[in-house]
Amino acid sequence: MTIVAESPDGELMTLNMGPHHPSTHGVLRLIVECDGEVVTSCQPDIGYLHRSIEKIGEYLEFPQFVPYTDRVDYVCAMNANLAWCVAAEALYAMDPASVIKIPERAEWIRILVAELNRISSHLVAVGALAMDMGAYTPFLHAIALRELINDLFESICGARLTYNYVTIGGVANDLPAGIEPRIAAALDQIEREMRGFNKLITGNTIFRDRLAGTATISAADAVAWGLVGPNLRGSGVDFDLRRDEPYGFYDRVEFAVPVGDAFAGANGRVGDAFDRYIVRLLEILESTRICRQALKHLPPAAPKAADLVGGWQADVKAALRKPPKGEVHHRTEMPRGETGYYLISDGSKIPYRIRIRTGSFTAVAIIPKLAPGLMLADIVAVIGSLDIVLPEVDR
Amino acid sequence: MVDPVPSGSICPVRTGGGLTVGSRPGDCELHLTAVEDFLNWGKEHSLFYLLFATACCGIELMQTGGPRYDVDRLGMIPRASPRQADLLIVAGTITHKMASRAKRLWEQMAEPRWVVSMGSCANAGGPFSKFSYSVLNGIDKHFPVDIYVPGCPPRPEALIDGVIELRERVRRWQTLGVRPRDAAVIA
Ligand code: SF4
Repeated sequence: MTIVAESPDGELMTLNMGPHHPSTHGVLRLIVECDGEVVTSCQPDIGYLHRSIEKIGEYLEFPQFVPYTDRVDYVCAMNANLAWCVAAEALYAMDPASVIKIPERAEWIRILVAELNRISSHLVAVGALAMDMGAYTPFLHAIALRELINDLFESICGARLTYNYVTIGGVANDLPAGIEPRIAAALDQIEREMRGFNKLITGNTIFRDRLAGTATISAADAVAWGLVGPNLRGSGVDFDLRRDEPYGFYDRVEFAVPVGDAFAGANGRVGDAFDRYIVRLLEILESTRICRQALKHLPPAAPKAADLVGGWQADVKAALRKPPKGEVHHRTEMPRGETGYYLISDGSKIPYRIRIRTGSFTAVAIIPKLAPGLMLADIVAVIGSLDIVLPEVDR
Repeated sequence: MVDPVPSGSICPVRTGGGLTVGSRPGDCELHLTAVEDFLNWGKEHSLFYLLFATACCGIELMQTGGPRYDVDRLGMIPRASPRQADLLIVAGTITHKMASRAKRLWEQMAEPRWVVSMGSCANAGGPFSKFSYSVLNGIDKHFPVDIYVPGCPPRPEALIDGVIELRERVRRWQTLGVRPRDAAVIA
C-alpha cells in the first residue's frame, strides 16, 4: 500500500535506524527520512562489518581461505565453502594437467550438506521475518528446527556454525557411520513441522495482509537491480543456477524452482514481500527432496579416501600445487542467491586477487528504491523479506 | 497462602547470618539478610541482556536464546534497548567503524552493567587479527570486559558457562560500598 503524505510545512524528520537495531539483521544503518509515518527516502549505510576478507585472501593459499568463506556467509557456511571450492577447482581445471578429480561420493555429500544448510538458512530467514512482524513463536519453532540440522552437521564435521567441511577436491572427511537414517528422519521431521509452521503463521491473516502488496518488485526491476536467488524468483523470474547452469551433480537431481505468483490472494501482487516469503518456504521443501535423492544416490563408502567412486577426497595435496595462470569467475546458487567468486591467479600458490559477488549486496541496494511511500514500520518488512545478511554485504 | 518452605531453601542469604522466624507451616516466614545480598540475589536472577549481535557469533547467541538452550530459565531475557539491559554480550566481530557505536551502547547502559565478550573476535580479533586492516583486536580496548568466552563461535553451552561464571561475580557485587572491579576471567 502506498500512501502519499504531504506535511503542511514540508518539514521532514530524519531517523537513524541502526547500526544496532534488532530488526536490521546485523549492523546495517538506515538513514530514513519520514514525513509523519510515511518514508520519503531511505539510505543504507554499510561497512560496519567490513572485515576485509577479500584482502585476507591475498595472503593465504587456496585451501587456507576456506575457513574465511565460512565467515562470508555464516548462515549457510556449507554453501559458502562450496562456492569457493568449485571456483578454485574451476581455476585448476583451466590447465588439463592440474584438473582436480572429485570422487562421486564427495559430490553427493556436497549436495547433501549444501541443501541441508539451505534449509537451515531459509528457516532463519522465514523465522526472522515473522519475528520482525511481531510474531515471536514461529521464530522459536524455526530455531528449534535448525538445531536438528546443527546436530547433523556436528556429527558430520564437528562444528555447529562454521564448518570448514567442503574442501578443494572433495570434503574434509567421510560421513560418519549410520548418519543416513538420522538425516532421513530429520528431513521427515522438517517436512512435518513445516506444516505446523504454515498453520501457525503463513495462513495468519494479519501476517499475510501485512506483507501482501508491500514492497513489490517487478520482474523488470528485479533484473535491472541485479537481485538474485529467492528475491529474484519471488518477482516471478524463473532462474536458478542449480538448474540453469548446474555445477557438481545438480544436473542429476530433480527439483522444481518455485517462483512468485501473487500467493497472498486478492491483495497480493507478484513480487511482493509475501511472495518472497513463500518462495523460501517452498524452497525448503524442494531442498528436502534434493537431500532425499542425494541420500539415494550416495555410493557406499570405499575404504580409501582417494577412491574415485566411494572416496571423499581424491587428492589431498592437489590444491597445494600451483594453479595455472589465469582468471576465473564461477557462480553458485546460495540460499541468498547467486554468489560469484572471481579469482585472478598469477601462477603462484596464493591468489592474486579475490572478488566476491554476493546476493545480499544487491538486495541492500534496492532498499532506497522500495522505501519511499512505505510506512516506517514496513521498512522492517522490507529488510526481513529481502533476507539480508550483513557480512555478505560488507565482507 | 504461602507454601511451607524448609528454612533456608529460598533464602537469598549467601554469606551466612540468615535467620528464619516462624515455624508453623503456612506462617509468613521472615528471612534476615544483608541488603546487599538481597539486591545481588535479585540481580543475579534477572540478567537482562542486550540483543547485540554483529556477526557469526550472533547466530549462536540466537540459538542460545532458542528453545533448546533456553536462557530464559536463567532469568536472561533479550532486550532491544541498552537502557533496559544489565548485560552486554558482545557477539561478533567489532570493526573500527563499529567500535565507537559499541562503546556508545555500553555507555547508555545503566550501572551496574556487565560485559561478556563472546567469541575470539570480540576477545582478540579472532581469525582477522593478523591480516585484517579493519577489525579491532579485542573489544576490551574500548570498555572493560568481565568474562571472555573463547571459541569461534563458542557453543551455546560455553556461553551459558560464561554467564554462570558472571553470576558468581554478580553475587559478590558490592552495591553500597565501593570496591574495585575484579580482574576478568576466562570462562
Ligand atoms: S569469533 Fe568466529 S564465529 Fe565469532 S564473530 Fe568472530 S569469526 Fe565469527
